[in-house]
Amino acid sequence: MAIECLVLGAGQEVGKSCVVVTINGKRIMFDCGMHMGYDDHRRYPDFSLISKSRDFDHSLDCVIITHFHLDHVGALPYFTEVCGYNGPIYMTYPTKALAPLMLEDFRKVLVDRRGEEEQFTSLHISQCMQKVIAIDLKQTLQVDDDLQIRAYYAGHVLGAAMFYAKVGESAMVYTGDYNMTPDRHLGAAQIDRLELDLLITESTYATTIRDSKYAREREFLKAVHECVAGGGKVLIPTFALGRAQELCILLDDYWERMNLKVPIYFSAGLTIQANMYYKILISWTSQKIKETYATRNAFDFKHVHNFDRSLINAPGPCVLFATPGMISGGFSLEVFKQWAPCEMNLITLPGYCVAGTVGHKLMSGKPTKIVLDKDTQIDVRCQIHQLSFSPHTDSKGIMDLARFLSPKNVILVHGEKPKMVSLKERIQSELRIPCYLPANCDTVHIPSTTYVKAHASNAFIRSCLNPNFRFLKRSKEENSDQVLRNTNSTAPLQVNDERVAEGILIMEKGKKARVVHQDDLLLMLRQKKHDIQFGYCCAAQLDNLEETGNRDGALSHSDKCSCLQLLFKELSTYFSGVNIQDLGEHLQVESFQVSVCLKDNCPYRIIDSPRKEAATIFYCCSWSAADEKLAREIISAIERFNLSDNLPCKNSK
Amino acid sequence: MKVTCLSKGSGFHFPPCHILDVSGFRILLDCPLDLSALTIFSPVSPSPKMEEEEQTYDFAVNNCLDMRKRQKILKSLICAQPWYKTPNNLHLWDPSSIDLVLISSTMGMLALPFLTQTKGFSAKIYATEATTRLGQLMMEDLVLMHNEFQHFYGSNSGSPQWMSWEELELLSPALRKVALGKDGTELGGWMPLYRSADVEDCVKKVQTLKYAEEAWYNGTLLIKAFSSGLEIGSCNWTINSPKRNVAYISGSKFHPVHAMEFDYHALQGNDLILYSDFSSEGVLTNDEHYNNFPASTTYNSSITRDCSADNDDRILKECLLRNDESLEEREKVAFICSCAVDSVKAGGSVIIPLNQLGIVLQLLEQIPVYLESSAMKVPIYVISSVAAELLAFTNIIPEWLCKERQEKLFSGEPLFSHPELMKGEKLYVFPDVNSPELLTRWQEPCIIFSPHWSLRLGPVVHLLRRWRGDENSLLVLEDGLDTDMALLPFKPMAMKVLQCSFLSGIRLQKTQPLLEILRPKVVLFPEDLREQINISSSHSFPVLYYAENETLDVPKSRGNVDLEIASNLATQLSWRKLDHDDDMDIARLGGQLFIDRGKHQVLSGNKVSDKPLLHWGFPDVEKLLAALSKMGVKGSVEECMSDAESGSDGIVHIHEPSKALIEVRATRTVISARDERLASLIFEAVGTLTDGI
Repeated sequence: MAIECLVLGAGQEVGKSCVVVTINGKRIMFDCGMHMGYDDHRRYPDFSLISKSRDFDHSLDCVIITHFHLDHVGALPYFTEVCGYNGPIYMTYPTKALAPLMLEDFRKVLVDRRGEEEQFTSLHISQCMQKVIAIDLKQTLQVDDDLQIRAYYAGHVLGAAMFYAKVGESAMVYTGDYNMTPDRHLGAAQIDRLELDLLITESTYATTIRDSKYAREREFLKAVHECVAGGGKVLIPTFALGRAQELCILLDDYWERMNLKVPIYFSAGLTIQANMYYKILISWTSQKIKETYATRNAFDFKHVHNFDRSLINAPGPCVLFATPGMISGGFSLEVFKQWAPCEMNLITLPGYCVAGTVGHKLMSGKPTKIVLDKDTQIDVRCQIHQLSFSPHTDSKGIMDLARFLSPKNVILVHGEKPKMVSLKERIQSELRIPCYLPANCDTVHIPSTTYVKAHASNAFIRSCLNPNFRFLKRSKEENSDQVLRNTNSTAPLQVNDERVAEGILIMEKGKKARVVHQDDLLLMLRQKKHDIQFGYCCAAQLDNLEETGNRDGALSHSDKCSCLQLLFKELSTYFSGVNIQDLGEHLQVESFQVSVCLKDNCPYRIIDSPRKEAATIFYCCSWSAADEKLAREIISAIERFNLSDNLPCKNSK
Repeated sequence: MKVTCLSKGSGFHFPPCHILDVSGFRILLDCPLDLSALTIFSPVSPSPKMEEEEQTYDFAVNNCLDMRKRQKILKSLICAQPWYKTPNNLHLWDPSSIDLVLISSTMGMLALPFLTQTKGFSAKIYATEATTRLGQLMMEDLVLMHNEFQHFYGSNSGSPQWMSWEELELLSPALRKVALGKDGTELGGWMPLYRSADVEDCVKKVQTLKYAEEAWYNGTLLIKAFSSGLEIGSCNWTINSPKRNVAYISGSKFHPVHAMEFDYHALQGNDLILYSDFSSEGVLTNDEHYNNFPASTTYNSSITRDCSADNDDRILKECLLRNDESLEEREKVAFICSCAVDSVKAGGSVIIPLNQLGIVLQLLEQIPVYLESSAMKVPIYVISSVAAELLAFTNIIPEWLCKERQEKLFSGEPLFSHPELMKGEKLYVFPDVNSPELLTRWQEPCIIFSPHWSLRLGPVVHLLRRWRGDENSLLVLEDGLDTDMALLPFKPMAMKVLQCSFLSGIRLQKTQPLLEILRPKVVLFPEDLREQINISSSHSFPVLYYAENETLDVPKSRGNVDLEIASNLATQLSWRKLDHDDDMDIARLGGQLFIDRGKHQVLSGNKVSDKPLLHWGFPDVEKLLAALSKMGVKGSVEECMSDAESGSDGIVHIHEPSKALIEVRATRTVISARDERLASLIFEAVGTLTDGI
């Protein structure tokens, strides 16, 4: 099993985000965006790569949209209504509420302004949105028996989410666009520590590290304040959603604090209407704003009024929000024509403008004249302020997220290639995670974790949970030294508990694999255990036994004990680090047992010519196959020992 | 697994409460308060502004010692700062032994601060986000309303006088029954109310969840909340333990008017269902509506058995989704609305001290419609310390509402109409009866929503005193309240009283189809409902009946734990077939066991011995000799004697290549050889003659 990642859009570029991932046979499309920079077929992802027969219902299990920006949702009505995809589509509640506004706005721009043939109709948009299933953050949704998805807060725009998808044991996260630092109206991205095979992350600012946004917000407020204080008019071209509300919260709050009375206008209903969505969805905003719901909803703007066309040339300062954002036409262009020639006025520009728009022309250099068409020229004498706060994470944020999630693989999308290359290097060298930068229409294959599934018997689980203590002793000298130096030093005995899982895996035809404890197996087979053991009776030298031992030739009980203790002492020093237990009658190391053998004719005394010398003492050993190696080592040690020197003095008893 | 029903509760405001012991963890399901017991206390005297209305009731407020007079007036209600009644049996459990608390609804949360302030309590508490927020508001409101008593009686600590046996003896039988319970054991359940700091502290300890969010407890239990439809944010729980999946179903509504629908699909396929919806207890006998339906099993099992499984499900689902409940509820709401309009027309005012949020929201939307259609212009007041926040909150929680309400979000409308009503000056919200704005806006007749439904706390007490003599005024009461006792302090009453009951759970007819759709392996069902619903024995799942204050031991179900073996480990296994059974392959598995998020995984760890370690069967001595000679090992058998002393079945002496001995017994073979290589050769030979792994 593997994960296969087909990039249909936003591969080494920004625009028309669309990634199709196959995890253990389940196929998910993440985002379905359009490219704002193209007018031809390149505008949409190449859906034919998903299914040549264009049978999308069978080739996709679901579509997931991360947020309402057009480069993430723009192609959705086309995909569902024109291409005919009818399967489930998932979005967060705010995305489902706001995406149709964006789509409708865009459709109007295409048809009304550019005069293009429409790619999809209003009806298409509403029919498409009917198919969307809204989900909440952290809600774990079972798409079918195997596929599980979950949304996490991404903080990029209202309702933006990162999506987790899991099939069997393989799991991945697709971030969409996200922001790792909270801003004026949204919180920072939040995700659980997940076990992931793959992370697909945006990389808009792959190399940039940005300072706090507050400084740039102050600059913006200062520029606006200076302009209105001087009696000028401020034009803020924005799209209906997101930036407009963010800036408006900023201004409304500033107006309140500075006690300004200059009117703030919203053009043509659209954004006022959008504010209603923001009011209802306030729990998706930042903590601070969220808390205002009980007293005065922060999106109930105090100083904001509707704009009327007659006010364009009204005297006195004002601030106006107008669509569209890039001054590509419509009302913002109309107002721009009127206000641009006056040096008292101020125009703010969004961070990104598509080539060909007035916004783009204003951004590139400081033009004094804008040529709209051969009949219209606009003198530009007003001030221009470029807004530079963008709700994308910077490279530090991307690295932090990758480090936090520690996925087995990373794929970068939604960025510019040279910057992405350097970020890839960092991810591979600093985080040691394989990283890929597929271009559009490329496929990346990633192996996924698999497990063999089995039932486990209770006895097996219990045996695994049994403590398995190992006692590690330190030698006395070392210990006493340490005691002298430092009384708080490590204890002389170290206890390790390395639990082992050992059992028997059974595969039976037609049954699920089982793991049982070995006792279970015998019960199951109705067999009795047959121990196969090793035994050996070895001899050790004991020179002065004659003097101390019993004259009768038989060792008394106390002698037996002392002989065993002798061996214990000897073995303990010889095998330091091995845990030898003195159990009175015998010594034990793992399964190895040794006791003093008093039989005259022990069957395990395999010596060709049994010597019966007074100075020899016999130790009878037994062990099981698992400890064969250890046992042989101990036996050869015993046979080498000469215990006489260490014999304890009889008087000491 | 063990289940103990601490209390079966009663009605919407007092949900049941259980203790569940599962996989070694102790779970408390809900922690409610029996607020209907508040009726044994006398409400405090009115605020000074309303006092002139009280002339007939000469309240010698400061003269509390005048027992006789007071008793005459209040007809023996307890004149003291009220205490609050918790499920009595809860106190029999050591709070420190509880590992987890699951809160299903705001009502199931009201006694939680008592628990969280107990020393030694350290359980993890889970509740949905909406329940937590609404529960906090309800508890804060309770504390504020109770403060009125505190101002009146002063704060005193220690056991109150009314709890002494002498005083309890003096109580009327009805009161004594509430105070002591049926069998006289419930006095221990009474607690003095928590303070607002306790509420704050309690809410901080709650881990909030979304619907269907996964919460792992101790890496072993997977806890999930699924919408129950009873109230905004209320839920049923699933608890997945390694051995058993449990679903806890408390009061649930298939067709809630505002709250998200009962998500019963998510409860499918669990091993055990703890069915704890007592709402229909006793309903069958006294509600005529039920007579319209044939006995509890309309579709009997003989029909369903003939149908295919799909068809079967379809029929069951149709039965479940038959929308009788919400229609009935809407009818009742409509009836209240028309009664309210009638009263207002007659010049009376209407007091609606309901606390069921769902019903209040419906009335708030419907009453203005009714007023408008009858061209009446009377103000609607909502008087409660938390009303403003509560109403604002309902308008920002689309994720917790039913499909119909969510559509409002998608079309950009407010979720509820009350902001519009407030803007249109049809609806006013005030924190309490003394707020100055209320006095300037005050206009009669009016319609007032105000807590508390027990008629002992909150602004409703003052309002009742004002209008109780007005025969045109109307009081709307909750069901489940002993009306006689509730209205006692306000008698004589001329005002009309409308008591309404709303179904707060699953209708009996739907219980069985629901259980059939959920297909559990076993159902725990209330003994008290056994008489009313006959869960037929023909069904695939056995039913165990539980009763209040009894512990039910549920026998083990699944014996097996699911284990996942890392593929790199699995590919390295050395397999062998068993001699007598061709269909069975076995391999020795060794590694490290990890338990996380309910999963048991074996990853490669310690090395497994390549020699078989476990043998069974019995090596034949002659065959052993033959096998050894093939390996070039020669020896001879010492005659087997049935020697009682050694018990040997056979001894093989090896002569070549070196001396060794094999002792074969019934359950044990001992190999004794000096030479290591020889020993392992013999081991191998013995192994071929026995089975081993």
